[in-house]
Amino acid sequence: MTTNRIHKKLQEDKKILSIYFTAGYPGPEDTVSIIQSLQDSGVDMIEIGLPFSDPLADGPTIQESSTKALKNGMTTARVFEQLRDIRKTVDIPLIIMGYFNPIMQYGVEDFCKKCADTGIDGLIIPDLPVDVYEEEYKDMFEKYGLANIFLITPQTPDERIRFIDSVSDGFIYMVSSASVTGAKSTFGEEQQQYFERIHNLRLKNPQIVGFGISNEETFRAATHLAKGAIIGSAFIKSLNDKGKDGIPDFIRTIR
Amino acid sequence: MSAPVKIASPIGGNAGKGAYHVSERGYYGEFGGAFIPEMLYPNVEELRRKYLEVMSEPSFKQEFDQLLKDYVGRPSPLYFAKRMSEKYGTKIYLKREDLNHTGAHKINNTIGQILMARRLGKTRIIAETGAGQHGVATATVCALMGMDCVVYMGEIDIARQAPNVARMKMLGAEVRPARSGSKTLKDATNEAIRDWINNPVDTHYIIGSAIGPHPYPDMVTRFQSVISEEIKAQLQEKEGRENPDYVVACIGGGSNAAGTFYHFLDEEQVKIIAVEAAGKGIDSGESAATSVLGHQGIIHGCKTLLMQTPDGQITEPYSISAGLDYPGVGPMHAHLCTSGRATFKSITDDEAMKAGLELCKTEGIIPAIESSHALAIFGNTSFKSDDVVVVALSGRGDKDLSTYIDHFGL
Ligand SMILES: Cc1ncc(COP(=O)(O)O)c(C=O)c1O
Repeated sequence: MTTNRIHKKLQEDKKILSIYFTAGYPGPEDTVSIIQSLQDSGVDMIEIGLPFSDPLADGPTIQESSTKALKNGMTTARVFEQLRDIRKTVDIPLIIMGYFNPIMQYGVEDFCKKCADTGIDGLIIPDLPVDVYEEEYKDMFEKYGLANIFLITPQTPDERIRFIDSVSDGFIYMVSSASVTGAKSTFGEEQQQYFERIHNLRLKNPQIVGFGISNEETFRAATHLAKGAIIGSAFIKSLNDKGKDGIPDFIRTIR
Repeated sequence: MSAPVKIASPIGGNAGKGAYHVSERGYYGEFGGAFIPEMLYPNVEELRRKYLEVMSEPSFKQEFDQLLKDYVGRPSPLYFAKRMSEKYGTKIYLKREDLNHTGAHKINNTIGQILMARRLGKTRIIAETGAGQHGVATATVCALMGMDCVVYMGEIDIARQAPNVARMKMLGAEVRPARSGSKTLKDATNEAIRDWINNPVDTHYIIGSAIGPHPYPDMVTRFQSVISEEIKAQLQEKEGRENPDYVVACIGGGSNAAGTFYHFLDEEQVKIIAVEAAGKGIDSGESAATSVLGHQGIIHGCKTLLMQTPDGQITEPYSISAGLDYPGVGPMHAHLCTSGRATFKSITDDEAMKAGLELCKTEGIIPAIESSHALAIFGNTSFKSDDVVVVALSGRGDKDLSTYIDHFGL
């Protein structure tokens, strides 16, 4: 069991607002200033996306941000360079979300070590399955104090959710519906039932809902039973429309 | 005497014990596995649990065999190419997958998978396609079974493969352009996977090659293994022996090659030659020779050799043949390559085009440009006069006419 900023944050008596953005987007040097502005606007936690050429689990908005970031010259090494001094000014939990291939090429252990040195608290690697993680990488991640976060969906059987809960350390990322990432404006009956079903499982890890959270209404619906929610595509859309200066206003519209 | 006990074995047989077959956990040596987002887990897991059982059912095998015979036109001939053999001083046999319905080996797999989809209660089919051959083969079986069909195809490929796009539409499929990334095959595959994530209950994804998360590579290989099963019987008849000295096939993702090699994998005296597309040359920056240019990584849910930047971004390959420009190879082939069981060769655009035209002139057969890559090895490999060399002629050249016309100024 690791104790890092994620665990401390989750113990606070409040609903967690977490924001996803892609490193090196819209501009190659925007990574740090976006993180700073998100913290200043009162966001509780940040997911920094590592750009990847083939982001399978993402919808068009995040795909395009990833493609643009790569065009901007982003690499995994450059993300770490940009984040080198981040802990001098930022103290909220920082999570890296990235696909497994770039991490493999960086070297999984080197990557973990670099995360620890940088002050990263956790990882979300959507295409690293829980079984492979448990067998090959869990000890390594724990050695570097990294919480690894797994996804569950409305189709995940209860038994597997319990397995994921047993391997997880931090929170469980509840994908709101059967879909890739992308903003939705409301949640239906089906989602409400899913939120209830998971709530009633009384898992050891708190749950944070992601995919499809876009505004105050969806944030409130998602966090009625869950501990928090993650906004990605809607935030990137706001960056597209209003730029970095629009960040405080965007966060104010959520809560 | 008691009657022999028949133990049901899946299509392709109870292999899986030899060093080159898939392990229970979905690996070929260090390659394979299922590196998929959790959203795909229920679908892939259902398939993993059931595929061998379904493929062992007598009624399934019977339906598969019957359709291959009556609809596809199998067995495909094993043709002794007399004039080519004379020219190269060896015995060359061509396995005529080009004579299959829809013009390539792809249909063996789509017939198998559509029957599998029905057994799993799925009502909607998705597929990816590059050149359009797999898309046409999928649209065909969906028409045959009356199922909804969506084919993802890169926007750039849609523009350069107009006749196959029209065929798919005529067959009732919806062709959806993949506009992300490089807008070609790998992006079409990404889009198909995203569709599957969005439609987890009613949809089956018919992958077109021996790629993807376990159990796809093994399932596709087993459906294609009919190719080597027939070769054995046909060679027995023609040469008095089941095993050739060489089997040769081209590799995009590796499905025709997997089917051609399958029943020879454990027969170490049969030499295996896999032919990749070198494009404009291995060092030209425009190539698809994954075994030379690739490194271990993860693409479309499996660990294999793939072309990528040092940073792990998947790169866009190039070949004159749309069916060979995939940045990876199936995990079985990655293992055959690194274990040394197969010899990998690469053939340039020019060599392939020349070999294609040569087959037209010497045997009266217009091959697909993919298959021409396999034929081109006779230009740079020597064989003994009594060697029996079987080459998979994976498809016919109708779809490639405009490329042949442009290349030769016909
Ligand atoms: C005629 C033909 N041969 C070969 C291939 C390559 O695919 P695979 O390596 O899966 O056999 C294709 C793919 O479109 C094809 O159409």
